[in-house]
Amino acid sequence: MVEPVLVWRRLVGAQIRSQFQYRLSFTIDLIGNFLISFIDFLAVLVIFHNVTQLGTWRVREVAFLYAFSSISFALTDLLIGHLDQFPQKIRDGTFDILLVRPRSTLFQVIGSDFQLRRLGKATQGAIVLAYVVGALDIPWDAGRVAMLIVMVPSAIVIFGSVWVVGSCLAFWTTDGGEFTNAFTYGGNFMSQYPVDILSTWLRRFLAYVVPLAFVCYFPALYILGKPDPLGLPRAVDFLSPLVAVGAAAVASVAWRFAVRHYRSAGG
Amino acid sequence: MRLDWEIAKRGWRRYAAYPWATAAGVFTNTIFGFIQAYILLAVYRHRSDVGGYDTADTLTYVWLAQALIMTVYMFGWQELALRIRDGSIATDLARPLDPQRYWLAYDLGRAPYHFIFRGLIPFAIGAVVFRLHYPSAGDAFAFVLSVTLAVVVSLGFRFLYNSSAFWFIDVRGVMMVSLTVSLFLSGMVMPLAFFPHWLGVVARALPFASIMQTPIDIWLGKHHGASLAGVIALQLLWALVFLALGRLTLRAGRGKLVIQGG
Amino acid sequence: MIEVDELSKQFVVRRGRFRRERHVVEAVRGISFRVERGELLGYLGPNGAGKSTTIKMLTGILVPSSGRVSVAGLDPSRRRIELARRIGAMFGQRVQLWWDLPLLDSFELLRHIYKVPPDRYRASLARFREVLELDPFLHTPVRQLSLGQRIRGELTAAMLHGPELLFLDEPTIGLDVVAKQRVRDFLVEINRDEGVTVLLTTHDLGDIERLCNRLLVIDQGSLIWDGTIADLKERYGGERTLVVDLEEPAPPLELPGARVERVDGPRQWLRFRGSASELTSTVAASARLVDLQIMEPDIEEIVRRIYGGARRER
Repeated sequence: MVEPVLVWRRLVGAQIRSQFQYRLSFTIDLIGNFLISFIDFLAVLVIFHNVTQLGTWRVREVAFLYAFSSISFALTDLLIGHLDQFPQKIRDGTFDILLVRPRSTLFQVIGSDFQLRRLGKATQGAIVLAYVVGALDIPWDAGRVAMLIVMVPSAIVIFGSVWVVGSCLAFWTTDGGEFTNAFTYGGNFMSQYPVDILSTWLRRFLAYVVPLAFVCYFPALYILGKPDPLGLPRAVDFLSPLVAVGAAAVASVAWRFAVRHYRSAGG
Repeated sequence: MRLDWEIAKRGWRRYAAYPWATAAGVFTNTIFGFIQAYILLAVYRHRSDVGGYDTADTLTYVWLAQALIMTVYMFGWQELALRIRDGSIATDLARPLDPQRYWLAYDLGRAPYHFIFRGLIPFAIGAVVFRLHYPSAGDAFAFVLSVTLAVVVSLGFRFLYNSSAFWFIDVRGVMMVSLTVSLFLSGMVMPLAFFPHWLGVVARALPFASIMQTPIDIWLGKHHGASLAGVIALQLLWALVFLALGRLTLRAGRGKLVIQGG
Repeated sequence: MIEVDELSKQFVVRRGRFRRERHVVEAVRGISFRVERGELLGYLGPNGAGKSTTIKMLTGILVPSSGRVSVAGLDPSRRRIELARRIGAMFGQRVQLWWDLPLLDSFELLRHIYKVPPDRYRASLARFREVLELDPFLHTPVRQLSLGQRIRGELTAAMLHGPELLFLDEPTIGLDVVAKQRVRDFLVEINRDEGVTVLLTTHDLGDIERLCNRLLVIDQGSLIWDGTIADLKERYGGERTLVVDLEEPAPPLELPGARVERVDGPRQWLRFRGSASELTSTVAASARLVDLQIMEPDIEEIVRRIYGGARRER
């Protein structure tokens, strides 16, 4: 169990060293990433220029949600954003090589790259968070702190699982890579806003099918001490880690199924 | 003229060759459309009018924007920059075909494909689920004209920041900054009607609004008579400005190549 | 080492853009062969013949449709990971190294992936560094390497964990003459000194001539040749040429079983089939010989003939 982590750490170290070498290029990428993601926050500000509340959510609360979504998504992107290039790997046959190595292919694919520049977006989220947390006056207690700690890793696992499941599609059609975007980038977009403002069918989809509502929304309800506008019990807010585990299991099964298909249908 | 048509066809075919990619894109646009629609609808729970847009206007904006995103292709286009970087631009420049004319024709062939095959379906889905605003015949005609001009403005802009590759090895930085600014101010992220008044005014004066907001506003019937003529003229003006600047940078770039012995 | 029995693979291919029609392609049709430990053999065939499909089934990438495969005593499709520790694979056209990282980093990562003990890794690496002369570019990012350097890196990567069996797919493609020779010498060395079994898929007939003693030829999914190169030349070689240098210019020699193709002063080119020694004695008996030379047919010609012959036989 420790082992894959060692391999991965090596990769991270190597990538950091390599990306740092081209400092100027890297800095530009970092800033660029920061700027582009900042647009999303500007969108939030523009909305609140026109209203004081979105549903039952005030601007600071939405900013809080936004910040966590941003950070979680950015860190996920950092770790497995390179999955966007996965269809290309299938196309040019580089995936086959992974099957000749004595490791799980999923592990190899996830561990194959590391996008340090995504820290730009994470930084942007962190800045917003730092600014907003002070203004929000949250009644911190043990439970809330625990939730805070658990929130981001769970979010990363959930986002990551969605990303992996989406990437499985590449085994069937290499041109359809963009289908995944609807859930990864779409997921990012939608988790920046309170889920209760979406319509019923979309909300249910995001709670029970692709569980993106558990990325930030439910944990945030708890931390902010907001009752769920839709009346779900408080207990639901604690489900994120469990949902994360479930999502990871689904992703793992989906991947295995997809690779099995690839190995019998032809490389 | 015949040549332009051939090039345009090539532009169309390049994207028509990957129907699954288009399908995937339609799916993505539709999902994004729904998310944005609901978010903006939530704003209308508290007000009935934002910057002159009512609910139907804003919802129409959402679905038109999704339809136009790929049509005007604001981001992610690096083909010219790549050709400059790997040197093939030298071959292009040696040919009797002007590169700008080539890419313009190419884009004008590509845009209809994206509008029809990536734009119409999400819009239709949005139209079924939500109540949207539909233009009068005159507005519809002006819309088509405006979209065409928007594509030209967008191409001009892309051509310009791609040609910075003559001077910068890595266009990414320039692209990032250009995109951030242009995307936001074009009305692609949020309708300009939502912006604070002063920002809205600034944005409308800039070329980026001509790429996205102007056609949408025409469809929504926000411009009539002199105002209509005015925004179309502005689009035309920006198109010409960008194209002219593009030609200048191309000439400067060519000069640089000659010096380098390329 | 490798046992293949009636191995087959069918693919369902869909043509067309959106709605595709089904089409069953038989990529590999019931081939059988055995490879013993320590052999260095070539696997040849026209494009689309089923070479890569076979290799993929041997390495565990693809699951066969029917038939039996056993590599190092394991079923590749079921015990992929176990087998992976014992084999190495290198695909000349595809990059397996990490593109942005220095070569050495790729090696280090592979060391961890294969769990190679540190001292064995060091010894292995030292050896490859010496034999393949890796030092000048060991710290260069892979994307900046020349083709020859990258190939040498890839070979090292395929072998760092000390595999017993090596699958090489077009390892010398695109290399210049000097680089090709270096790679070939290296392969001969590891095969001879370490008993590494090597299965070489290639279009490069120079590789075949210089490296392999045994050859498998596949065409349209079936194995059409399994034997030594010498046998191959004899069976398909067709005519050879005996170049004789006579003491003095003479009219074209009339000999049974040979025809004169060309005369240039005292030198005559004789085309013949079958035994060279017989013809030589006949020539020596009919004329005064100063020197002679036997010219073997081009292996390329032979291979072309095999492909053509097999097709005709069908």
